[in-house]
Amino acid sequence: MSLKGTAAVVGIGELKPTREAPPEATALGLMSNAAAEAIADAGLETKDIDGFLCGMAFADAGMLYPASVAEVMGINPRMLNQVDIGGASPAGMVWRAAAAIQAGMCQAVLCVVGDLNKFGDQKPPVISVQREFEAPYGNIGANCGYAMIANRHMYEYGTTARQMAKVAVDQRRSAVKNPLATFNDRELTIDDVLNSRMIVDPLHLYEIVSPCSGGSAVVVASPEVARRTKHPPAWLLGAGEYSNHASITYAPSLTDSPVKVAAETAFKMAGVAHKDIDLVCPYDCYTITVIVTLEDAGFCKKGQGGNFVWDHDLSYAGDFPCNTHGGQLSFGQPGLGGGMSHVTEAVRQLMGRGGERQVKGARLAYVNGNGGIMSEQASLILERRS
Amino acid sequence: MSDYIKPLPKPTPTSRPFWEAARRHELSLQRCAACKAYIYYPRARCPHCFSDRLTWERVSGRGKVYSYTVVRRASSRSFADQPYVLAIVELEEGPRMTSNIVAAPESVKVGMPVMVQFDDVTPEHTLVKFKPA
Repeated sequence: MSLKGTAAVVGIGELKPTREAPPEATALGLMSNAAAEAIADAGLETKDIDGFLCGMAFADAGMLYPASVAEVMGINPRMLNQVDIGGASPAGMVWRAAAAIQAGMCQAVLCVVGDLNKFGDQKPPVISVQREFEAPYGNIGANCGYAMIANRHMYEYGTTARQMAKVAVDQRRSAVKNPLATFNDRELTIDDVLNSRMIVDPLHLYEIVSPCSGGSAVVVASPEVARRTKHPPAWLLGAGEYSNHASITYAPSLTDSPVKVAAETAFKMAGVAHKDIDLVCPYDCYTITVIVTLEDAGFCKKGQGGNFVWDHDLSYAGDFPCNTHGGQLSFGQPGLGGGMSHVTEAVRQLMGRGGERQVKGARLAYVNGNGGIMSEQASLILERRS
Repeated sequence: MSDYIKPLPKPTPTSRPFWEAARRHELSLQRCAACKAYIYYPRARCPHCFSDRLTWERVSGRGKVYSYTVVRRASSRSFADQPYVLAIVELEEGPRMTSNIVAAPESVKVGMPVMVQFDDVTPEHTLVKFKPA
């Protein structure tokens, strides 16, 4: 059994994120608008959607959520669920959609996330063990965990602040060509990043994703449906998922992440080599996340991620296009709805709709979604065939 | 009444012995009678071999900084008395703990040896922190 070629992403919808929640916006409204765009983009109607996967929203957290969201949209799904693996949820939705399609449960699955900017003052976590053993010491939110990963990576491998900063700089060069990006008004220099305020040592403000409000969606369809959609489908060639901790404190290692298993699984299923990949979209809540992900996904040796990003041009025009939408660092992360922009950008590029930032001849893309503190990982390999 | 505004642990039936030991200024961990592993945080079963034969054992309180960060701008307003040092301490007995290093931020390094230090933050609550050894 394999998911190789069993389904394709046939439509994308993405709202331009806003830093403050618009007064009239609701999470359900943002999800509805993104869904409408994705369904229309595929050339389908809501009545064609028979599978439904949604994420979680800080702004509208509740039980029995999938049916509520589907009801709002007038969708009657034959398969419905909520995927709750943080920023890995969108990539996780794509393979779950393909699995449901392969099982014959449905033909066209809407995968949607959306949220309002509710960060600000973060409340202690609601999971009991984290509330009891993390929050009292001030480990609240994601910043501290990633900062500790970065410090350990610097200690073990000599990764430098300048190498980490370059991730934000290169991705910003692509963001400037993306009208949907939150930060697209000017390019950054490494010194700009290093001169931005230190938030949690060693991470500076410009190395940390900006929370925002927004929504995005994709439609995953069977080969039969994909034949009649508008754009060249982005076929699912491989997928993998893995988790080995929730709090980073109890991870086997701070610097070896579960990306390794997720990516190995995806590459094995796809039967393609790393050198065949035309662009990568690794989840980037922080600069260090990209470095660890590229190592564990096998694009460079363990510990060499800092040198790798230093030696390659990660922009859309470079020799290793990475997060050509600007990454979340420049695009923005809509609350708990992170991770979809990496899927939509890979699909956009494979469909040849990258506009000014199009990666020439892009046929194979690697996407990784990351939840929590490197806790949940979902890797995808997508292909354009025509 | 305490004016302490930071989140406080609410012990569960599983974790109560840990926090009661902390109140006595003792660091006590669960240990698996089957596979001998020390366990942190407290659980119903051993996460290594899934045995339910767990006992409590007082441990050394010695460890080293596995990694740390200096929080200069906290995500929660209750930690506005920044900067503070958040760390993962690897205990001599094996498990890692999230804690604070009570020291000047600039003096903290990955790998440095630390010793447990109990912080009676309220009359009812004692947190397990560490200081340079």
